[in-house]
Amino acid sequence: MRLSSLALVGTAIAAPATAGTINVTIPAQSVAEYHRPYVAIWLEPAAGGPARTLALWYNGKPGGKEPGTKWLPELRAWWRKGGSSLALPANGVSGATRAPGTHAIPLPADLKPGAYILNVEAARETGGRELVRVPFTAPADAGRAAGTHELGSVTLTPR
Amino acid sequence: MTLSRTRLLIAAALLSVPAAVSAHRMWLLPSGTLFSGTDSWVTVDSAISNDLFYPDHFPGRIEQVKVWQPDGTPGRIQNGATGRYRSVFDVALDKPGTWKIGTEMSGVMGSFKIDGVEKRVGGRGGPPPAMAGQSGRPAAGTPPLTVADIPANATDVQLTETWSRNEIFVTAGAPTTTVLKTTGKGLEFAPITHPDGLVAGETARFRFLVDGKPAPNLKVTLVPGGKRYRDAEGARELTTGADGVLAIEWPAAGMYWLNATLTDSHATLPRATQRRMSYSTTLEVMTP
Repeated sequence: MRLSSLALVGTAIAAPATAGTINVTIPAQSVAEYHRPYVAIWLEPAAGGPARTLALWYNGKPGGKEPGTKWLPELRAWWRKGGSSLALPANGVSGATRAPGTHAIPLPADLKPGAYILNVEAARETGGRELVRVPFTAPADAGRAAGTHELGSVTLTPR
Repeated sequence: MTLSRTRLLIAAALLSVPAAVSAHRMWLLPSGTLFSGTDSWVTVDSAISNDLFYPDHFPGRIEQVKVWQPDGTPGRIQNGATGRYRSVFDVALDKPGTWKIGTEMSGVMGSFKIDGVEKRVGGRGGPPPAMAGQSGRPAAGTPPLTVADIPANATDVQLTETWSRNEIFVTAGAPTTTVLKTTGKGLEFAPITHPDGLVAGETARFRFLVDGKPAPNLKVTLVPGGKRYRDAEGARELTTGADGVLAIEWPAAGMYWLNATLTDSHATLPRATQRRMSYSTTLEVMTP
């Protein structure tokens, strides 16, 4: 009894079914005042339609009254495409800002086959803002694009 | 002689309708239009000037500013201050949704004659200081005459009802549309594209209404801010279609001042023969 429930929990944690992997590179910036960028990663149907936010990296240590969401409209494309109506923190989506380097995000397994645009938007305090878009067709396509200042390479690898 | 006389007549005509010919623009400039959460504040500049958005002529009057909360109920401004050229106030955006902030003014102006002497109704009151006290004119600082001051034996009564709105829209969280509801009275802005969802390169559609009906062939002026940093003013003169709809493609991100004016004969005040209406708003266009 106890064993089986443990097994169930184990399954739930161990198998976040994915259809692939998105790799996002945050470049190191040679600046005097550096703050990690806010990053939003979302999918849009290529023909238009509601956006699905996969990951949102923002204020990791909100304090007091401030829920850490004040500067999210700076991710202005994401904010317009549905970020403004997303209840935060969102399970499996919200996270702290990340350091420069390459970060992997799973592409959700329940993604219906079809044409999509993967969007990665980064906005940095005292820095710039950049949006990288990668068109792809689920489930088979790979995709690749790169930013020039706030984002490095963005790759999509199907499983 | 003839020329100077004509010029005098033109000058007199200009003096009698200052609001219609003046290029001075009333504007409200919010610090932003898109905010997150319910702990954000917007700070707004209010001024009257020719060039947008440079306060270099007259401050706006903040006692006339009203706030509509996202549910349509009245809100309030805070920290209001008036300087030589500019007024500033804050609004705490403590409820999610789209807020409307602005002024609604209405009045009547015109003239009548009594015993052959022309008198003015409305306006600023009294003649210009240089003419005060001359040949039967009232002294400077005299309060303006009202419609009730027109005596029964007055002749040549000509009254114009004036009506103007100047408003901005700011949104905390997701945009809502309650404050965009129209009243069916006067010249109104009935946006089809949400005024806080404007993007460079995309086309926005705004409908204008007069007394609740689409306003076709309405002249609308659209002026981008930042005139000092380019040669041309860049103003666009646009006209609404037969359905009262204006389609605007935004060439670049930034703040834009929009104004529509309309004069018609459907005055609602007694004895007024004309109605002059003006609608102004400041719109923020974001980069894609």
